[in-house]
Amino acid sequence: MENMVNIFLFGKKYSVPENLTIMRAMEYAGYQLVRGCGCRNGFCGACATIYRIKGDRELKVCLACQTKVEEGMYIATLPFFPLVKQVFDIEKVKPTDMVMMQLYPEIYACIGCNACTKSCTQGLNVMQYIAYAQRGDFEACAEESFDCVMCGVCSSRCPAGISHPQVAMLARRLNGKYLAPETGHLNDRVKEIKDGTFEELLQNLMQKPIDEMKELYNNREIEK
Amino acid sequence: MYAEQFQKSLKAVEEAREANIAYEPARMTAKEKEDLLAAYHPDYKQDEFEVLQIGPNKGDKVPKELAEMLQAHSRITSGEVDLTNPTYDVDVLIIGGGGAGTSAAIEAHEAGANVMIVTKLRMGDANTMMAEGGIQAADKPNDSPAIHYIDAFGGGHYAAKPELLYKLVNDAPEAIQWLNKLGVEFDKMPDGTMVTTHGGGTSRKRMHACKDYSGAEIMRTLRDEVLNRQIPVVDFTSAIELILDENGKAAGAVLLNMETGDLMVAKAKTVIIATGGAGRMHYQGFPTSNHYGATADGLVLGYRAGAKLLYAETLQYHPTGAAFPEQIFGALVTEKVRSLGAKLVNREGKVFMHPLETRDVSAASIIRECTTRENGVDTGAGLGVWLDTPMIEKIGGEGTIEKRIPAMMRMFGKYGIDIRKEPILVYPTLHYQNGGLDIAQNGMTTQVENLYVAGEAVGGIHGRNRLMGNSLLDIIVFGRNAGQNAAAKAKETTVGALTLSHIDAFDKERAEAGIETDAISPKLLPDYRRSVTELDK
Repeated sequence: MENMVNIFLFGKKYSVPENLTIMRAMEYAGYQLVRGCGCRNGFCGACATIYRIKGDRELKVCLACQTKVEEGMYIATLPFFPLVKQVFDIEKVKPTDMVMMQLYPEIYACIGCNACTKSCTQGLNVMQYIAYAQRGDFEACAEESFDCVMCGVCSSRCPAGISHPQVAMLARRLNGKYLAPETGHLNDRVKEIKDGTFEELLQNLMQKPIDEMKELYNNREIEK
Repeated sequence: MYAEQFQKSLKAVEEAREANIAYEPARMTAKEKEDLLAAYHPDYKQDEFEVLQIGPNKGDKVPKELAEMLQAHSRITSGEVDLTNPTYDVDVLIIGGGGAGTSAAIEAHEAGANVMIVTKLRMGDANTMMAEGGIQAADKPNDSPAIHYIDAFGGGHYAAKPELLYKLVNDAPEAIQWLNKLGVEFDKMPDGTMVTTHGGGTSRKRMHACKDYSGAEIMRTLRDEVLNRQIPVVDFTSAIELILDENGKAAGAVLLNMETGDLMVAKAKTVIIATGGAGRMHYQGFPTSNHYGATADGLVLGYRAGAKLLYAETLQYHPTGAAFPEQIFGALVTEKVRSLGAKLVNREGKVFMHPLETRDVSAASIIRECTTRENGVDTGAGLGVWLDTPMIEKIGGEGTIEKRIPAMMRMFGKYGIDIRKEPILVYPTLHYQNGGLDIAQNGMTTQVENLYVAGEAVGGIHGRNRLMGNSLLDIIVFGRNAGQNAAAKAKETTVGALTLSHIDAFDKERAEAGIETDAISPKLLPDYRRSVTELDK
């Protein structure tokens, strides 16, 4: 017999095997999930969840697909959180200090409570990346926020109403497009292809009998 | 930390590590690979397949679970839906909100079309989000689209449609450039040179990455761009049946609100199926690395409306799914772990294959090691082999794992396994649908006019096996292609009277074939409730 633990889904008690994740435990209990379930592997942020262990004051957060159940867990899912996403034109926006002031001025109202960092399901230093965004250091903001899955838990805890994941999204796009170095070999290759440099070679390959293709494939040189 | 039961084997792995790093295992010959696949690859297990009795691929074999869905009843009857008063009326209807669907939407919007996306869960709940390792493009001086073509054609067992593979490799560098211009953060050197690695079966280092969040970084950027363009996205809404017009052309879809059960009609001049893969069909009982909604819906929609499938009998089992701990059973362990130097090691601490064979060969080799050769590690819930991740730190220097594969470090770290110091246990997991709907180079299906397909729902781009990094590439290249062409086609299209008569025709064909089934399709979501899973047992 599996070892069972008692958990409380939205306050209702269920007995579930102790080795399950919260997500699997909900399914074990009989939930057919529609909301609050996406990649089931910790990448999509669909299954943000809040819980408190009976007798413990601390409110904890996690991704339901990445967290094992515990005895006395009171669980509430947060399948959607109304983040503010400002619309911008990536071709027109520029990576200057003014951008954040224009699009997400609330970041300057951060009171430094660090609730965002404490609540991050990915263990990121959220308050730090907001600080980078405040001073227009988009490269640092992009790096610090890179592993964000945009689950929105940080924003749910923020007294200043900041939509941290969207601020970071803007910073990453600015960094990727404008600040990261240009790739010369990529631009060269795109031009070569447009000029038809490889056209004859490719057309030739497309016509080749399978036996000749096998020869080419099996004897090709492999870069070390 | 591993429990006592693993310690003996773990010790053997540790003791052999230095020697295993230095050891360069030989690659298999063409003949060795053929024999291995025939004996151990799941695609070759004849009794797991069924011959289709009805529809455009009558006489072809597909996985049993897929055959049931393809030959099943529609969720609606043809008379049940009022087609005269559509809720949505657009130029281009895109079904699916993953990488292919969003790429298509951006390009169709760019071309001036009135475009909308419907998606069963949220935009971005897709296999794209979970692609870790990278995206291929031949953009280095020692590489060329022609070499990329040879790698992919051979790796796919010479079965790819040449005109599709041509497009894939030739448009690849521009796809990377397009993503970069949208703000995707590729790993680069200070001078802008792309940091690239090998994938299984590549002959040049052309794998571009965004740490090991490559797909997530691409997906969230595309999603942000769709939102910036204010393209309508109807989420938690699935397409359950295509609508044709009186001339047999695709002209919309019947939609189902996943939460309220309401039915709606979307009318469109052209339709793009971008519904992704099928891992949640759990073919042959395999676990999967796929997202929750990967249930082959697009194949079912297209098939019932008359579109042909190509290579639907070939699936990709990713060699390295997590085999332990059980909470992440089947989750993807990116091939990049091996690109960075980790080797596959058996219970005795022996390297039993070259770590960068193609995926089908690697999966078959691991299955052989765990079955016939009895060199697998018993995890308590099954078998696995070691993937010796600490090698990466020894080869690339301390800190390489945290910098290059942070998601892997986090995933195992949550269960107390530090992959910098301890190896991990892996076993093949159902990963990718090699086959799908048959298209021409312009993205349109070969049988149904004005029906386009992009992404994992397409068959024929990769042949019978896909190389790592060619799927992120294909969703971008063929997503954009479908969006551009569907937008152009919409301009010259006048839609005739809408009809669902193909449901009746399919019902008739089923009855005449004598198939008795209660199954309805598309499946939409797997059902993991205990009452259901226990019945399965």
